[in-house]
Amino acid sequence: MLGELVKGFATTFREMFEEPVTVSYPDEKRPVAKRFKGRHELKRYDNGLEKCIGCSLCAAACPADAIFVEAAANTDAQRFSPGERYASTYEINMLRCIFCGYCEDACPTEAIVLESQYELAFTNRDSSIYTKDMLIVPVPPGGQPTPQKVEPGKFDKSIPEMKDPSD
Amino acid sequence: MSIDWGLVAEWAIKSAISCFVLATGFAYMTYAERKVAALFQTRIGPNRAGPFGFLQPAADGIKLLFKEELIPAGADKFIFLLAPIITVIPALIILAVVPWGPIVDIPCCVITIPGLGTTLGQQIFIIHGLGITDSNVAVLYILSVASIAVYGIVLAGWSSDNKYAMLGGIRSSAQMISYELALGLSLVGPLMLAGSMSIKDIVDAQAKVWYIVLQPVAAVVFYIAALAEVNRAPFDMPEAEQELTAGYHTEYSGMKFSLFFMAEYIKMIGVSAIFVSLFLGGWRGPLADSVPLLGLVYFFGKIVLSLFFMIWLRSTHPRLRYDRLMAFGWKVMLPIALANVLVTAAALIDRTLFLIVVGVVIVIVAGVLVAQYWRAAQRLRARQAGRMATASAAATASAAPSSAAAAPAGVPEPR
Repeated sequence: MLGELVKGFATTFREMFEEPVTVSYPDEKRPVAKRFKGRHELKRYDNGLEKCIGCSLCAAACPADAIFVEAAANTDAQRFSPGERYASTYEINMLRCIFCGYCEDACPTEAIVLESQYELAFTNRDSSIYTKDMLIVPVPPGGQPTPQKVEPGKFDKSIPEMKDPSD
Repeated sequence: MSIDWGLVAEWAIKSAISCFVLATGFAYMTYAERKVAALFQTRIGPNRAGPFGFLQPAADGIKLLFKEELIPAGADKFIFLLAPIITVIPALIILAVVPWGPIVDIPCCVITIPGLGTTLGQQIFIIHGLGITDSNVAVLYILSVASIAVYGIVLAGWSSDNKYAMLGGIRSSAQMISYELALGLSLVGPLMLAGSMSIKDIVDAQAKVWYIVLQPVAAVVFYIAALAEVNRAPFDMPEAEQELTAGYHTEYSGMKFSLFFMAEYIKMIGVSAIFVSLFLGGWRGPLADSVPLLGLVYFFGKIVLSLFFMIWLRSTHPRLRYDRLMAFGWKVMLPIALANVLVTAAALIDRTLFLIVVGVVIVIVAGVLVAQYWRAAQRLRARQAGRMATASAAATASAAPSSAAAAPAGVPEPR
């Protein structure tokens, strides 16, 4: 019995010399998993056009009814996205969102994607409505900001041909 | 009868310093506990409030000060307010009779004030050494003061107007008084060796060899009984009861709760100080007599070691269940402490008597162990025979091929 007592003490004593496993949170952050479902982002193509075509399949798929989409017509003089429509109003209510990722699964153009940002605290209810300009990504280098003026007939296809998704 | 105001002033100053040291010690004991327990659990403790979390106790204290003080509607208000005070004050005054250091020869600090006809600095530096006071019944004083703290806990439980708090208070006080007996008996050993109840004399008698060498059994019994006295792990069932039903300090909040908390930690420091004085030689150590304040450094260093051991114990061992705790106190600790008293007394009288008493104790212990082993073996045999009987009865009674009636061989026996 005494031997077991000593073994117990020795175990705890040895733990003193291990490196602590604490991550000092605001200064160091643990990397998130590969398919982590964080804050949403509306993606763009490389030429700067928005991927979102305003089809509101994401709003239909959302189990919490958090997404609100209004579509408007694209013209070649003012083109926001390839195809006929773009999302003129796109809002996600973060208080309703359950971060399930169904909107990402439903999107035909891979426009709405859940990224890795998880620090989403806010202090009043109004700031929980994320509008399109909060969700859209900045124009990639080499692209033009929207609305763009393009040649007629160049970007008529709204849904791109996609190879096998690598992810 | 003329009162020597210088002595009274010195006592007042030393008591104030002692209370201040204990209160600060309590605050930083909570910090040390969190940090050291974290170290044992491979994590960092508090490190946000101040550099390395050093101001964490201040933050906790301020939070407790500002917390709302609730008094239950049916509670007996006067006793509800009095109970934490009755628990804290004995904790603070236990340390009054423990010597913190030897008599130091610093002649500069003896100040004579002719106007008041007194001499300051007399007590510390001439009469008693560094320590608040000394009494020739110091050990008795410590035991009686520890008993008053039990009273505070019962009153806290009773005045809360909550049946669970009452039961928690009763359980806690039952635990404390059970272990007080073992505590008292284990103190008798060093008492007999030193020949005096005054702790100063006991520390002085440890000049050659510390009493932990001469009285190891008493030291272990005292330490364990002291842990049970202060409701400290692995005997902290009263604290853990908050998770299960309720404990004696359920209805307390804010400053009153912090007084209970303070009482526990200050009692921890107090019993560590007594353990160190009685068994580890108090302020004694190499060169403690000559270098002025080295005795104080040794005293505090040994207390810190004892407190570290308490935290280490808490991180290592699970809680004792209440019935096992009581059985341990009455059936194991008390007989061992009693046997220690007998053996020490015999050793002090005569060598042959000592050997006879040791022989008798060994025979009794061996007899008890053999009886328990034999009884357990008998129980095991009866159980196995019973199992075979039911298995054979089931085999003959049922002709079904599903012979799952045979009892599994490896069933663990309940205790």
